Parts: sequence; C-alpha cells; structure tokens
Amino acid sequence: MIEINNIRKVYNAGVHNEYVALDGVSCSLEAGKVTVFKGPSGSGKTTLLSVLGCMARPTSGRIVLSGRDITSLPERFRTDVRRRTFGFIFQQFNLIKGITALENVMLPAYPFGERRASLEKRALLLFELFSITRRAREKAELLSGGEIQRAAIARALINDPKAIIADEPTAHLDSSLSRDFMELVGRLKQEGKTAIIASHDPIVYESGVVDRVISMRDGRIE
Amino acid sequence: MNKIEKQRYILDFTLSSLLRRKGRNAALVLVYTFIVFLPASVMFFTHAVKREAALVLADAPEIIVQRIVAGRQALVPASYADRIKTIRGVNAVRGRLWGYYFDPVFGGANYTLVVPEYYPYDDGTIAVGSGVAGNSGSGEDNLLVFKAHDGSLKTLRIREVLSSESELVSADLVLMSQHDFRRLFGIQPAYVTDLTVAVRNPAEYVTIADKIAKLLPDTRPIIRDEILRTYDAVFNWRGGILLVVLAGSVAAFVIFAWDRAAGLSAEEKKELGILKAVGWETSDVLMMKLWEGAVISLTAFLTGVLLAYAHVFFGSASLFEPVLKGWSVLYPDIRLTPFVSAPDVAVLFFITVIPYTVATIIPSWRAATIDPDSVMRS
Repeated sequence: MIEINNIRKVYNAGVHNEYVALDGVSCSLEAGKVTVFKGPSGSGKTTLLSVLGCMARPTSGRIVLSGRDITSLPERFRTDVRRRTFGFIFQQFNLIKGITALENVMLPAYPFGERRASLEKRALLLFELFSITRRAREKAELLSGGEIQRAAIARALINDPKAIIADEPTAHLDSSLSRDFMELVGRLKQEGKTAIIASHDPIVYESGVVDRVISMRDGRIE
Repeated sequence: MNKIEKQRYILDFTLSSLLRRKGRNAALVLVYTFIVFLPASVMFFTHAVKREAALVLADAPEIIVQRIVAGRQALVPASYADRIKTIRGVNAVRGRLWGYYFDPVFGGANYTLVVPEYYPYDDGTIAVGSGVAGNSGSGEDNLLVFKAHDGSLKTLRIREVLSSESELVSADLVLMSQHDFRRLFGIQPAYVTDLTVAVRNPAEYVTIADKIAKLLPDTRPIIRDEILRTYDAVFNWRGGILLVVLAGSVAAFVIFAWDRAAGLSAEEKKELGILKAVGWETSDVLMMKLWEGAVISLTAFLTGVLLAYAHVFFGSASLFEPVLKGWSVLYPDIRLTPFVSAPDVAVLFFITVIPYTVATIIPSWRAATIDPDSVMRS
C-alpha cells in the first residue's frame, strides 16, 4: 500500500546546524497490517511518520500511496490525502483544551462541511465503540488518561481513514492503558485498517497484534 | 460538501477559541472599542452641532446688514431701513435689537439678549432659555437682576422658560421688550443692532447684497448661506484637529493589533498545528483567523459607536466639551438632538476596522501557514 523509496529528510540544510533526520530510508508497508518502527530517541521515527502522513515533505526520495506518487503534490492536495487517508494519534494525544471531547473528535471532519446532526451521530458511535459515551460532552481537560487516549483514537477515526499513524502512543500511559491501546489497535486491524506506529515501548512492539517491527537508528533502517 | 455548514463549523470553533482566551481578547476588544469610541464621538458631535446650526439658520433672515465702523461692528441707524427698502426686489426690512450680557453673579456665563419681533409680555418681564434658568437656579415668576450700562440694577421678572427643539439656540436666550433692552444697554431709539432684509427672489440675494453695500458703504451685508458655510468650517476644523490627535492613537492601536496577532502563544501555535495535522487546510485556518478578526472588529465597532452615541447625545460629549464647543461656560447643560448619518458611520468603519484588518492579515497568514508537523515535533 505504501512504498517508501530512498527517503532523505534534512533540517536546516546548508546551515551550520544542519541535521539529517532520515538518510535513505526505503521500505514498503502492507495494507491491513500493523507495522511498528522502533528505535531510540532521535532515530528518525517521528520524522518518518510525518513524511509518510503528508505532514512534511522529504528532501529527496519518493512516497507512493496505492500506486500514486504523493511526494510532490501541491499543499492542498497533500492536505486532502492526509485527511482522507490517515488518522493521527499523537504522542501527547493533543486534544484541544476548553472544548468538549465530542467537538475534539469532530474537528477533522469540519472541512468537509457534513451536516452537524449526521457528523455528531457518527462521532457518538465512536464514543460508544470505545465505551466513553457518557464523557462525550465533558471538556477535554476533565477526561482521565485512558479517556483522553480513547477520544484521541476516536478523532483519528472520524473521517474513516484507511490508515492510523500513531507516534509514541503509549509514552504517557501506564502499562495497563498501554495494553488497552494495543487491544484497540488489534480491533482496528480486524476492521481492515492499516496501523503504522512509532514506539520504543516493548508493550507495543512485542504485542501479538503487530505484524512487522522495523528497527531504526540514526535516520536509517537497521 | 456543504460550504455554509463548513463556515458554521469554522465560526463556531472561532467563537469557542475566543472564549477560551477571554482575558486576552477582552483586553483587545476594550482597547479597540476605545479607539472606535473617540473618533465616533467627535464625528457625532460635530455633525450634530452643524445640523443644529443649519436648523437654527433655516429660520434666519436671508440677508443681515451690519454697520462697520473702524473695522468693528457698530449700531445701525434705523433710518437705513428706509433707504434699503428703495432697492428693487427687497420685500421687507426690519431693525433688530440683540446683544450679549455677561452675568458675573451666576458662574460668569454669557447670555444672548434678544428683542423678538413680537414680544407677548409686558415691560419689566423676560422669557429665558433653559440654560439661563438652570444656570441662575430660577424659574417662572422669579426675578433676575441685570446690571445696566449706567451701573444701575434692573430687576426683570421671568414670565416664561423657553423650550425649544434645538437647545443650542434657546439655552442662553433672554427675550425682552424693546423698552427694557434700550434701557439696559443705553441704546437710543434711532439705532438698532442690525437689519434683516427679506428678498423675494432667492436668485437675487447676492445682487441685492451688492446693491446694499454700494448704497450704504459703511455696511456689511451677510447672506445666510455664508453663515452656514462658516459654521461648517469652524466645526470641521475643530473636529479635524481632534481627529488628527486621534490619528496617533489609531496608529498605536494598529501596532498593538499587529503585535497581538503576530505574538501567538505557544498554546495557540500548538492548536493551529493540531488543526493542520488533523486535516484543516491553510485556507480553513486563514478563514478562522478572518472570522476571529471580524468578530472582534464588529464587537468593538458596535460597542464603540453605541458608547459614543450615548456619550454625545446623553452625556453632552463631556470628554471633548472644551475643545469642540469652545465656550463651555455658555452652554452648561447642552443636549444635542440625536443625528447619525450612514455615510459617517461607513467612514468611521473604514478608518477603524480596515487598519485593524490590514494590521492582522500578515500575522494571520503566518499563523495559517504553520507546519502541520510542528505538532509532531512538540
């Protein structure tokens, strides 16, 4: 599904603090599978997820998504690919404080202009799926760690993406919540979603739901 | 895609963002409101005063003839009226008696003393404007004491307190009989203060005025339109002076607005990064910023205009009184007739809202083009 060809990403190119985050990364990621990129901090995992998820452009190399080269698409099209194809789960989950969990989950769908009633219905179905319906109208900052995690996953799924990209999703969770998270990933996999996860947490990369683990170090695949 | 629904979502989110940072936004709206309030007050005041003047002068005679001696206004011999009547086209000529009286007893105010064409009361009585009554703390049937030209005191009884649709005219007015007026100021029956000339054909005002000036070289005929133009010029000038001073504060506000829009907090940056990361386009974020500007601008503009309206028409423009009125003792409690013109409000909108919009557009664009992967790196 996703072909990564010789991706290189250099920050501050040509300046004294030039930094090579990815240095010739190539691999292919299968649809419907769970792939984990593991490696120490600074190994390039997060940068690779950003490039894969159309959030950042690679300095060189190609990314082919379902047979379509998405590397050099204009910004608008990249945004469209991003919101239709990928759902993101961030390291700190990044729910927006001050608005309800429900509004947070609906945010990625706002640019589509779907009728509020139907969008809210879809979002509440996700809350039901993750057993947090009663917390839907609570402000994001009042949710517990586990509820925040589930709301973040619900937000990633609101546009029904083909793939979920998760960056160190268990970094701020205890072991029990981390295992819950992997269980949810397993459920998504059963529904046919692709999951691409960056993590150096053994609970993640040793989980039974993971199909493939790719080790990274110094911006390269080991 | 439903574009209206999309805009509603963006507007909803904008409003909730504004409310989440209400302290900061309230400070901005407060300063912005004040910036609108100042020029709006000046504008409302100058236009209302000019309109009052126009109302007053609508009933004024077409031509007034004054006599000038050594460059100063002097009394006019009543016989001049008969000579002016001989000019073709002149309908009627009337001598007027009026003057100013400085009242040292009640707050050092100036009153305008006028002998009307028809004074309905007896000698020894007066009719006064509300300003005079208020200033001297007197009402109907009270006595007012005037110091005559020879130092003697003259007591006059108030028969009526005048009410007028235009307080600017009547506030300082004292109406009295011709006899009392002449005694007070020592003016001989052969003289009047000035002459009013009624002319049949409006197209001939200028011609008649020229003829009067030729016939009586020591006179100065004044056409009504000239007075109106002078009023306009005086209040435009006063308003202009204040607006120039206010331009400085508008400039300071623009810098403030720029700084505020450019200085996004870490939390705001993160929020924008999240929005971009979850699929909002640059144009969506820019739209959000434009909505934000529109909400702030409209709130501040409407509040500022309403406050200015209340300040000028209910609060007697107390902040600008000394500059705009120029003779604040004269009208201690003037209340202007409310008058607002749509073009003025439009001009006000352009001189306050447009600078804000222009000042915030580049910072908004910068905020909208924030990298979506910034949220991954935070």
